[in-house]
Amino acid sequence: MRRVLICAGTGCVASGSRKVTARLKEELDRQGLAEQIKVVNTGCHGFCEQGPIVIVEPGDIFYCQVQEKDVPDIVAKTLANGEVVDRLLFKEPGSGQAVTRYHDIHFYAKQQRLVLKNCGHIDPENLDEYLAVEGYEGLKRALTTMTREQVIEEVKLSGLRGRGGAGFPTGVKWEFAYNSPGDKKYVVCNADEGDPGAFMDRSILEGDPHAVIEGMLICGYAIGADEGYIYVRAEYPLATHRLRVAIAQATDRGYLGENILGTGFNFKLKIKEGAGAFVCGEETALLTSIEGNRGMPRVRPPFPAVKGIWEKPTNINNVETFANVPVILRKGGSWYASIGTERSKGTKVFALTGKIINTGLAEVPMGITMREIIFDIGGGIQKGKEFKAVQIGGPSGGCLPKELLDLPVDYDSLTQAGAMMGSGGLVVMDETTCMVDVARFFLNFTQKESCGKCTPCREGTKRMLEILTRITEGKGEMTDIERLERLAKVVKNTALCGLGQTAPNPILTTLRYFRDEYEAHINEASCPARVCKELITYWIHQEKCNGCTRCARSCASSAIAGAAKQPHSIDPAKCSKCGVCIEKCRQGAIVKLTGKERQLVKH
Amino acid sequence: MSTVTLTIDGIKVTVPEGTTVLEAARQAGIAIPTLCHDPELSAPGACRLCVVEIQNMRNLPASCVTTAAEGMVVSTCSETVVEARRTILELLLANHPEDCLTCAKSGECALQDYAYQYGVRKAGFAGERHDYPLDESNPFIVRDLNKCILCGKCVRACDEIQGRTVINFAFRGFATKVATPMDLPLGESDCVFCGSCISVCPVGALTPKQMLGTGRVWEMRKVRTICPYCGTGCTIELNVKDGKVVGITSTPEGTVNGRALCVKGRFGYNFIHHPDRLTAPLIKQPDGSFREADWDEAIALVAEKFGAIKTAHGSDALAVMASARCTNEDNFLANKLARAVFGTNNIDHCARL
Repeated sequence: MRRVLICAGTGCVASGSRKVTARLKEELDRQGLAEQIKVVNTGCHGFCEQGPIVIVEPGDIFYCQVQEKDVPDIVAKTLANGEVVDRLLFKEPGSGQAVTRYHDIHFYAKQQRLVLKNCGHIDPENLDEYLAVEGYEGLKRALTTMTREQVIEEVKLSGLRGRGGAGFPTGVKWEFAYNSPGDKKYVVCNADEGDPGAFMDRSILEGDPHAVIEGMLICGYAIGADEGYIYVRAEYPLATHRLRVAIAQATDRGYLGENILGTGFNFKLKIKEGAGAFVCGEETALLTSIEGNRGMPRVRPPFPAVKGIWEKPTNINNVETFANVPVILRKGGSWYASIGTERSKGTKVFALTGKIINTGLAEVPMGITMREIIFDIGGGIQKGKEFKAVQIGGPSGGCLPKELLDLPVDYDSLTQAGAMMGSGGLVVMDETTCMVDVARFFLNFTQKESCGKCTPCREGTKRMLEILTRITEGKGEMTDIERLERLAKVVKNTALCGLGQTAPNPILTTLRYFRDEYEAHINEASCPARVCKELITYWIHQEKCNGCTRCARSCASSAIAGAAKQPHSIDPAKCSKCGVCIEKCRQGAIVKLTGKERQLVKH
Repeated sequence: MSTVTLTIDGIKVTVPEGTTVLEAARQAGIAIPTLCHDPELSAPGACRLCVVEIQNMRNLPASCVTTAAEGMVVSTCSETVVEARRTILELLLANHPEDCLTCAKSGECALQDYAYQYGVRKAGFAGERHDYPLDESNPFIVRDLNKCILCGKCVRACDEIQGRTVINFAFRGFATKVATPMDLPLGESDCVFCGSCISVCPVGALTPKQMLGTGRVWEMRKVRTICPYCGTGCTIELNVKDGKVVGITSTPEGTVNGRALCVKGRFGYNFIHHPDRLTAPLIKQPDGSFREADWDEAIALVAEKFGAIKTAHGSDALAVMASARCTNEDNFLANKLARAVFGTNNIDHCARL
């Protein structure tokens, strides 16, 4: 039977995939094809830039940016006659070559999808589809053929490390919880994904919720827990909905609840929706929040494995970590350990965002270089601009320069470079990004999201933010850099939780790799990337301007004057530096001046 | 009990298992500054002023929440530690009104003391400061959140000592503050004004309103006594200046109550110097007015009248009602008076006020 897979992840829903689904069903009914063709709403394919995505099986035909109006063609040509609709095919950036088959697209070719394997290929709201792709086989193997100790050994053997960012060995963590004495234990899934630009956990929950549930069940069996919580942010309504559906279906079919698979193992699962605090992604704050209190981190030790929810031994892992577990149990720890590097095993999902051509999710084997991710999978930088830096690991991570593009992506190399794996957000920046401004952006985030409990984080991030703001406004002094470094060091050394300890990373890495930009702001009142508004002046090159008036007509501040066919000029006093005029000018006559160049205007 | 031996600043210290590094250091006579730590309250490890350097440990752990372990090597005054503490103090001062000249807490303010000790003269990080209005909406507690360093002791005292949980942290980042539900003034909240929060506040954020302007800390003579209100027997300290009680404070050394007191015990002392207070016995005149008498005359008169009643109507015509404000000793004597002198078992006690 032919299947049409229509992505129903958040990205594709936003670009209209529900309408496409409705129209397709209508069209199939009309043409009497409804019986022969199955329409499946799937989770995310990770290629959100190209949504809505429609795949026709068999044939693996990949259509992108499909709109309602394209549906009749898909039905008439592809579904009825097996012809490909060329205009809906993906065109490779650069070559412009149209690609028919899903797996031939460069974006997918270099990926190795273990965790995302089912995302986009099964209906996440249908347990049977999960079962058809070996779903719950890992659990069966664990429950019926392995002791609890053997399960832990298998996970240890796999070398799996926490995908939430810190990279703690998962099997070892499970062993701690297993060894903690207690008649009641909990398993918690951290689905409070909050890093700006990161959405891999959301996509897994939306596309393959049973994999996460299965991972939690296996963990529950291993450590001796009979209850679990999924702490999911309330801003993920679709993920929450699919989890609820999955829990209900799994309970109905005996994969959750009492006497699971007839083995006497009991496990119930609850959903706790977060209230929007970034800090609740920190494990102790998350547990405090589950207990019904304000989400503020607690001191470790005691670690959750010893005293977690309501002081009971608790094992907490991130979504992606749990989603890796069923594969490990199905295929074996040593198979899993054959992927990746010596100390970082398996794959990692990255969310590619920023000035990259192929925005989306990419799952790659550990040890791949940053260059391969950004240029081979990501397609390089938008608009032919030059790569400048990549921010990895969210607000806690660091900015790595182009000199480090060949750095292997694994836990230890990244930490050594001053960044961290983090949850897997990759924000790509080009030459038009100011690194001081980037540091300021992330500090603004961490300051706003600081829980306020410990002094260094609450007060320290505020002062670092103020200093950075001052520098971007051209009011910085060279002593500010020393002050920043001193503060960053103390905050890193003394803050209570991971959020505070890593908050200075964006500053420390930009100072390490882009110190000259800080110095230019301070010493030359110059923003080399021409971003910081206080340090730039918009100016019209008199010889290049042909007086077409497009800029003047589009200026919301009425800052541009000049008669038709005469060179125009910008009044700096009125200019709000919004940049619309530059976009409008076809002559390339409008430029942003910074530093000494601005004297052109003053004179 | 098993013990552990660790080295702190080169000194070998043996402490019971489970002791924190902070306590171990204190036992060895090494002072470590703290703002949020309090032996009577749970330990959040929040202010980070007590950080120390421990060999083979990442970063600078807070000594108040780090358990001493066998063989641990701790440094409490390395350059890194002192630099961290100075920076933390600078950060706190950068957002603290510099009005020690008029602050009621001056002289017993932990922030002031540590700033002095670590030589932090001026905040190195100029920038935004809080500008909260003063909360004086009630008769007892002045809340100046601009002075608050968010150590959270008041939050824990309200919860763990008084069991009221009227206050907690609200908002995030720089906007974090201690607030009542809906951020209402204290007077409109469920606060019972026990003042436990005042007793634990290390700075001038929470001060007793009635004591404002009555004298500086160092001018007060503290007289330790027992609260006169009820039978609990809480220890209080009268703050005496120029022979006048100007306030009541509690002390961690109070054997019954620690620093907890109730609203009456802590704030209900105005009767002491009240002009209406009786200071001599009064004898009622035939015309209904009162005449001042001395104690001998008054007691002789009462004894005579009690004797007359007992003779005329028997012992059980008399009864004694003692006050809860009397001490145990007073009540013991009242008991003797009733049973041995009056010859009656008619004696009772109001039990509470």
